[in-house]
Amino acid sequence: MTKEAHIEVVGLSMAYGDFVVQRDLTFKVNKGDIFVIMGGNGCGKTTLMRALTGLQRPASGTVRYDGEDFWSVAPEDQDRMKRRLGIMFQGGALWSSLTLAENVALPLTEYADLPSPRVAEIVSFKLALVGLAGFGDFYPSELSGGMKKRAGLARAMALDPDILIIDEPSSGLDPLTARRLDDLILELRDSLGATIVVISHDLASILAIGSDSIYLDADTHTMIATGNPQHALQAGDPKVRHFLNRGTA
Amino acid sequence: MTAPLPDYDSLMTTASELLAAGEAGQKLATHRVDEDCLLVVLSGRWCLDQALPSRELVERELSAVVRRLTFDATALGAWDSGLLTFLAGVLKRCSALGIEVDQDGLPRGIRRLLAMAFAVHETDVARRSGREANLLARVGTATTKLFQGAPAMLRFLGEITLSFLRLLAGRARFRASDMWLEVEQVGPRALPIVSVISFLVGLILAYLGADQLRLVGAQIFIADLVAIGMVREVGALMTGIIIAGRTGAAFAAQLGTMQVNEEIDAFRTLGISPIDFLVLPRMLALMLMVPLLTLYSGFVGMLAGLLVSVYIFDISFFEYYHETLRALELKHFWVGLSKGTVYGAMVAFAGCLRGMQCGRSAEAVGEAATSAVVTGILLITIAASVMTIVYYQLEI
Repeated sequence: MTKEAHIEVVGLSMAYGDFVVQRDLTFKVNKGDIFVIMGGNGCGKTTLMRALTGLQRPASGTVRYDGEDFWSVAPEDQDRMKRRLGIMFQGGALWSSLTLAENVALPLTEYADLPSPRVAEIVSFKLALVGLAGFGDFYPSELSGGMKKRAGLARAMALDPDILIIDEPSSGLDPLTARRLDDLILELRDSLGATIVVISHDLASILAIGSDSIYLDADTHTMIATGNPQHALQAGDPKVRHFLNRGTA
Repeated sequence: MTAPLPDYDSLMTTASELLAAGEAGQKLATHRVDEDCLLVVLSGRWCLDQALPSRELVERELSAVVRRLTFDATALGAWDSGLLTFLAGVLKRCSALGIEVDQDGLPRGIRRLLAMAFAVHETDVARRSGREANLLARVGTATTKLFQGAPAMLRFLGEITLSFLRLLAGRARFRASDMWLEVEQVGPRALPIVSVISFLVGLILAYLGADQLRLVGAQIFIADLVAIGMVREVGALMTGIIIAGRTGAAFAAQLGTMQVNEEIDAFRTLGISPIDFLVLPRMLALMLMVPLLTLYSGFVGMLAGLLVSVYIFDISFFEYYHETLRALELKHFWVGLSKGTVYGAMVAFAGCLRGMQCGRSAEAVGEAATSAVVTGILLITIAASVMTIVYYQLEI
């Protein structure tokens, strides 16, 4: 049985001026996958995320969501497509002048026509899902790094997106907190059936949650398709094995 | 007595619930399967983009005799947070009433999500009761805050004084290039705005003088008024206020952002005094450049006075020139320069103080910048009054 492609990237190249960060990226993310984009520092992982989420126009190539080409449709259609994406930024990117509850509520009040008691219910449920029940009245500056990340995830899930894009879920977290966040991501995929794209260079996390992956190579400025990270660790491209073994193989 | 306002939120909810009730028959039904067991049948599509049935339809059935709740979701279609919050509410209510809930009838994904949401209980620590204190408490807090500001300011003044002493002893550590960078930012780059404002202020002074002095037929004294006014007083004041808005705010934002990024803590851990490294060069740059800008401002103001006098009030160029030379004694320059130096120090002090006191958020940086400008202008005005009175008493 072939799975349905949720995101299709064809011939994508990204550049800053004359400097090409990555070229000819072609891959598919299937529905219900946890797709890991991995690679070393400065290889263009975050740039790829920016191209996927509409923050930065790629130099060439297409990004399709359910067959619809993101970069060639009208801005209004892009906005409609963006609303189906939930994005968790590296540091949470919570709005510092709003409380956690207001952070999570903002997408709901902007885009869903719901009465305010209902919004409050959804907000407290989402915060409870990421283990932050009761923290709604806190400001982001009053939280630890791990809590900010989880709150960022709650905000990303506010509109029940089909696709969650998560930038570096485990960086800056202790192993136990990182593990809990990984479990949360797996649980969300299983119970919501969402497609999840994770950008990561954390080996434990990549191996624990990834069901498919690509490796962005900083030297050749292009990708190596690697499939399931567990398999790549055993019998993948030498470069990827080198990366996944922390340089010892 | 005024009647209490209706609760519009709940009215809105009721309205949408009435709409929902029409569809509720298809989505939600409750049956008593046993004497003490309530079966909740969920069916159809449960998504937030349409009206959903209210929890009350279930809660109404939870009378005293019901001890158990079960679900049938065989006909359930697509669902999202709308269903989850509905169920979470029902579950909470049941646990409050001590009713046993059998979730086996729910899809596995929903069961797991609900389990996750209830895994962490709200702790008393996390729960915050109303943030709004009463009026009296707020006035009290604000007042104590006001007085807490003064010691912090004094402490900062003390630290800067120590830093200056270290500088004199040749032990202050900072990079000279940082200071020259600030000098460039503060000095040459401020010239355009200082020119425009000084020219216009000089022009205003000349008109003001012309109007008053015409009454006694002594219009030539426009030159004295403009020259002494600009050099002694107005040049320094205008420059100080411009620099407070331009540079004081920038200092506060720079240092505040460094505070947010823990850069200032990084200096401290290396045993480098952030006062020496960050505040001192900024202080020196302003104390050096503001007097120079003050001189320049006085010159531009006099130029404006000259142009107005020659072209509008028919005073000859040479008359004005000689009158200006006669009026301008060296002491006026010293007064202007001393004021410029003090204002520069005030602006740097206010900007750096607010920057160093900055909290750790984007909002705090904005507050620091605003507060730096307000404090700077306040300090300048106080210093201006004190110095003007002192110089008058000393007959300088």
